[in-house]
Amino acid sequence: MCLAIPGRIVEIFFDNQDSAMVDVVGVRRRIDLGLLQDDKPVPGDWVLVHVGFAMSKISAEDAADQMNTLRMLGEIDGAMQEVRGYGLEEMN
Amino acid sequence: MRFVDEFREPELISKTAEEIRRLAGRERHYRMMEVCGGHTHAIYRFGLKDILPENIELIHGPGCPVCVLPMGRIDDGLSIAQQPDVIFAAFGDMMRVPGTLGSPLEHKARGMDVRIVYSPSDVLKLARLNPDKHVMFFAIGFETTAPSTALTMMRAKAEGLRNFSVFCNHVTIIPAIRAILDSPDMRLDAFIGPGHVSTVIGCRPYEWIAQNERKPIVVSGFEPLDMLQSIVMLLRQLKTGEAKVENQYKRVVPWEGNRAALKAMAEVFELRPYFEWRGLGFISQSALRVNDKYAEWDAEQRFAVPGIRVTDPKAAQCGEVLKGVLKPHQCKLFGRECTPEHPIGALMVSTEGSCAAYYNYEHRKAAMVSLSPIA
Repeated sequence: MCLAIPGRIVEIFFDNQDSAMVDVVGVRRRIDLGLLQDDKPVPGDWVLVHVGFAMSKISAEDAADQMNTLRMLGEIDGAMQEVRGYGLEEMN
Repeated sequence: MRFVDEFREPELISKTAEEIRRLAGRERHYRMMEVCGGHTHAIYRFGLKDILPENIELIHGPGCPVCVLPMGRIDDGLSIAQQPDVIFAAFGDMMRVPGTLGSPLEHKARGMDVRIVYSPSDVLKLARLNPDKHVMFFAIGFETTAPSTALTMMRAKAEGLRNFSVFCNHVTIIPAIRAILDSPDMRLDAFIGPGHVSTVIGCRPYEWIAQNERKPIVVSGFEPLDMLQSIVMLLRQLKTGEAKVENQYKRVVPWEGNRAALKAMAEVFELRPYFEWRGLGFISQSALRVNDKYAEWDAEQRFAVPGIRVTDPKAAQCGEVLKGVLKPHQCKLFGRECTPEHPIGALMVSTEGSCAAYYNYEHRKAAMVSLSPIA
């Protein structure tokens, strides 16, 4: 829940301007962009995602750093589990 | 310095550690609180204590939302979900947190409809998929997750989705810091400020800590180098007698925070007059509740809530550990009755809780100490 997961915006949905497809090391999920209204990202931008919501725009370099931090903290598995779970993908 | 070689820029880490030793000298003892549970986890994980000189003591703060939630709130949330046709949805972090009659996961085993979600938006999806049920989201977290809950409620209102509500346990970090500073048994020299909470609230809300309390605070990232650099920044301030707010985590934290996130919180929530924190007791204006505009999506207004107050198991000393008065291993239950597999207190459940972090990374060392004869 407290993880900040870096993702790259691959597509913004025109049917719903407040959501986007992000790519987190190959896993693609829809996230909410509503909390970045003041500084809207475009495809190709990197964002930090908390609980399915983009919270801040970051540089590609900082995104790589953040992935590295998650790796060092032993939280990559937790982060990927979270991302895969967005959209109830793994609901039991 | 056991993990140093695994880190990026190991030379810079060694140089920064050297600078810390030089600045810290030997005359004075420094007590610094890392407010955020993510920092607590990182400190144990990276073995930072082995890098720091002995006269720098890191005190673990209240910034683990699962850990500070009183057991009565879990009981209250579960009691709502006991009612027919209610689905209890929460983040995975909550699932193993014990209530009086067991954790949400144990309630699930007894037949309660309990679902893990990874995002509040998915609670809306659950509600749409289950129109004949009521889906209650057990919301927890500081300002990092509160805006997402708020925006989700705004979306539910716009959509007119009425079989969804939020049992709101969102708390705010500033009053907790104030309560700690007001606590007579707590002496602190400086604060390592939370990273992700600050992406939302920015750095300004910490200014009173520097100006009124004369304590330096540095908002910090989570890598070993980040935290060591933050400690250097704190020591420099302490050496010159300065007290100001500094931002070491500029690459992620804007000074002004995230205005859209703050706006969403202001739209949906209001401050509770007071809220109980595990270990810290009642703290005024320290938590959020749903305002009247969103009453229809507030589980506390829609359902009868027993308002259960539970005292923690007597032998467990979660409160003292949360306040930093005791170290995790000084609790009588630590590593015996209370382990990550069978947690008695919430500090043992979350990886960000200081007991679980201590158990996972330091326990072997502590076990060896306890085996040696006591002088």
